Amino acid sequence: MSVVRVPPVLRTETGGAREVEASGETVRALLEDLTERHPALGTRVYGEGEIQSFVNVYVDGEDVRTRDGLDTPVRDSSTVILLPAMAGGC
Amino acid sequence: MTSYRDLLAQTKAQISELDAPAAQALEGALWVDVREADEWQEGHLPGAVHVPRGFLESRIENVAPNKTQPIVLYCASAQRSAFAAKALEELGYQHVHSLAGGFTDWKRNGLEIVLPRFLSPEKRTRYSRHLLIPEIGEEGQLKLLDARILLIGAGGLGSPASLYLAAAGIGTLGIIDADIVDETNLQRQIAHSLDTLGTPKVESAKRSINALNPDVDVITYRERLTSENIDRILDDGWDIIVDGADNFPTRYLVNDASVWRNIPVVHGSIYRFEGQVTVFKPHEGPCYRCLFPEPPPPELAPSCAEGGVLGVLPGMIGTLQTNEAIKLAAEIGEPLVGRLLLLDALSTEFSEVRIKRNPQCPVCGDHPSITEYIDYVEFCAR
Repeated sequence: MSVVRVPPVLRTETGGAREVEASGETVRALLEDLTERHPALGTRVYGEGEIQSFVNVYVDGEDVRTRDGLDTPVRDSSTVILLPAMAGGC
Repeated sequence: MTSYRDLLAQTKAQISELDAPAAQALEGALWVDVREADEWQEGHLPGAVHVPRGFLESRIENVAPNKTQPIVLYCASAQRSAFAAKALEELGYQHVHSLAGGFTDWKRNGLEIVLPRFLSPEKRTRYSRHLLIPEIGEEGQLKLLDARILLIGAGGLGSPASLYLAAAGIGTLGIIDADIVDETNLQRQIAHSLDTLGTPKVESAKRSINALNPDVDVITYRERLTSENIDRILDDGWDIIVDGADNFPTRYLVNDASVWRNIPVVHGSIYRFEGQVTVFKPHEGPCYRCLFPEPPPPELAPSCAEGGVLGVLPGMIGTLQTNEAIKLAAEIGEPLVGRLLLLDALSTEFSEVRIKRNPQCPVCGDHPSITEYIDYVEFCAR
């Protein structure tokens, strides 16, 4: 099971949880598993077979867009960070 | 009994003395000024290092660890440098020369000299804790005093950033903010106070900065940054931008302008307990659009006014931004270029993710498709 860190703006979709678990050997498999476990969160970040363009997905500190995208391998011990932009400076 | 004159003559006979053209012809030579500090401050040879005669033996190995490197020593008139040359030969330096005629002849012959800049006694006292740090020292402090830093926003992030940048002696601070101070700001915006409620934030911040450090020249822009006014503001000349904006259109606008003008942006953003910090240095690392090609939909981008923010969080993120800005201004350390630092204040955890320049980026990529300002509000509302 990998740990998926949920950004504050998407915690309504996880009932307030800051981290959830999901499994999969690739980012695609992990996001599909995440969507089954947490449909509201999953569909926010992963729809129609693509990562939504406003959210960055990092596996062990690397942006999957700069690796193999949805085919980027994920390990059981991996930490996955979902990160949309935040604008606030207030 | 040997007189000084005899001793000098004996010493000069034992060392190598070169005139200026011969000394200048030496390849890879280290030039060492052995005069006193007050003489150095009145001018010295270009590229020389200053090691007063009294400290020569104890300090020379720090500046000249290689004893085979040619060394040219000079003083005012080639007397102290003659004794200095003998001392260095005794320390094992193999190619030591004393400059004939010293600084006096050099200057008389119209050769180039450098007039060093130095801090006044008052500034030496104020910045003494910086001067003691080898990485900053007098040279670094002079760079800070010369630096011009533009703050986008005098709110949560801009407050601590403006105060610490002012305390550090940044010579010129520009502040852009259209808002006035209200009571809800005081939970975190420490540049403002009860005394300045109802006044423009830029004026309130300027008062706090001047109370802390009157050396700082504060330029205020009481306006909202837009594509219409950004060129006028940036034309005032800024070395670094500290971005503490509170909305996406301004973030993308600042990014595009900074890439086109090659100004590094120290980025910070906050929400509730979480913050992000990075440095966008045009063409050396990614830009904001490489990191976030597009903003989230409005329902996923609540402001602090809608979602709240822990009061101390902007203090933590704003001071991290200040640290980056000071390093950029002093040209030291490793700025957060290509790294995005994430802070979760609730668990007190920092994490770092790597971010890369996107060769397809529409603004900083190899073939940019956006080369002039767009409608940023419309872009962020899509």
